[in-house]
Amino acid sequence: MVQILGDFSEHLPVSKEYLTIVFSPSSAPLQQRWHNNGLSADFMADYFAAFFPRSQDTVSKINSKVEVKSAVSFIANELLENAMKFNDSTTEYPISITLQLHTDSLVFLATNSLKAQTVDHFQSFIQEIMTADPGDLLIRQLEKNAEEDSPDSSGLGLLTMMSDYLAKIGWKFETVQEDPEIITVTTMVYLMM
Amino acid sequence: MEITSEKYSVQYDETMQTVFCRGALRLAGMEDYAPIVQLLDQVLEDHPAILKLNLQELEFLNSSGINVLSKFVLKVRDKEDIKLIVNGSTTIPWQERSLKNLQRLMPSLELTWD
Repeated sequence: MVQILGDFSEHLPVSKEYLTIVFSPSSAPLQQRWHNNGLSADFMADYFAAFFPRSQDTVSKINSKVEVKSAVSFIANELLENAMKFNDSTTEYPISITLQLHTDSLVFLATNSLKAQTVDHFQSFIQEIMTADPGDLLIRQLEKNAEEDSPDSSGLGLLTMMSDYLAKIGWKFETVQEDPEIITVTTMVYLMM
Repeated sequence: MEITSEKYSVQYDETMQTVFCRGALRLAGMEDYAPIVQLLDQVLEDHPAILKLNLQELEFLNSSGINVLSKFVLKVRDKEDIKLIVNGSTTIPWQERSLKNLQRLMPSLELTWD
């Protein structure tokens, strides 16, 4: 199975500047490694800030060191938090995050394995957020969370990326192993510069 | 009232009627945020006429933290007789991007920038 949803591009141009961090899910419990998400996100942010500002003629806000640091730190952290939270810990499949620098964008790719029974739920959530205005949906979700006392943040990270950072997001679901079955999801986030 | 850790602090100064959030708030989900939610609920029991939420030293907030602050704003909105002022900093980029959402949740909220 391969399923693509949202703005996922399988034919990105080759990037000469990229950074990948890989986590082995079995080496430490989730709670113990939670602070690593922040460390990894901040490392990516500091690393890529060195390439900024780029050309003077860019119209985007995301061109100064401080803006890049802040945006990368937030997005990478949310992608890692989601990957850790929804990862199928019964598989040994690694969690990874890559950040690529392109001429006009930063592209994040985060991969984790996923329990087969959660795929449908996740895909209907994606369908919902692709058809509405992200800003309105974010406000609706915040109101809903307050009423329902929901235990998790219900997609707030993804909605914030789309609404406040104008990020484009796509997903690729893949069966990477048949027996026993391992399904992975790769979340791709484009941040225009 | 104050909660402090190596990375962050949340403090309520009763004389200033101000909640100060500082540092990097990126706790793992609502369970870990529970003590902060409890502190914020206690602030509402104090029922100040004017309440300030000072975020000028809050460098980082993850989506669970966004959820916590939004819920707090909605609780203040429901009280109707508390005026809420949020102090943000233009030198912290996420605040310029995201604090407007609090105002969308509570239009009477006053957002001020340093």
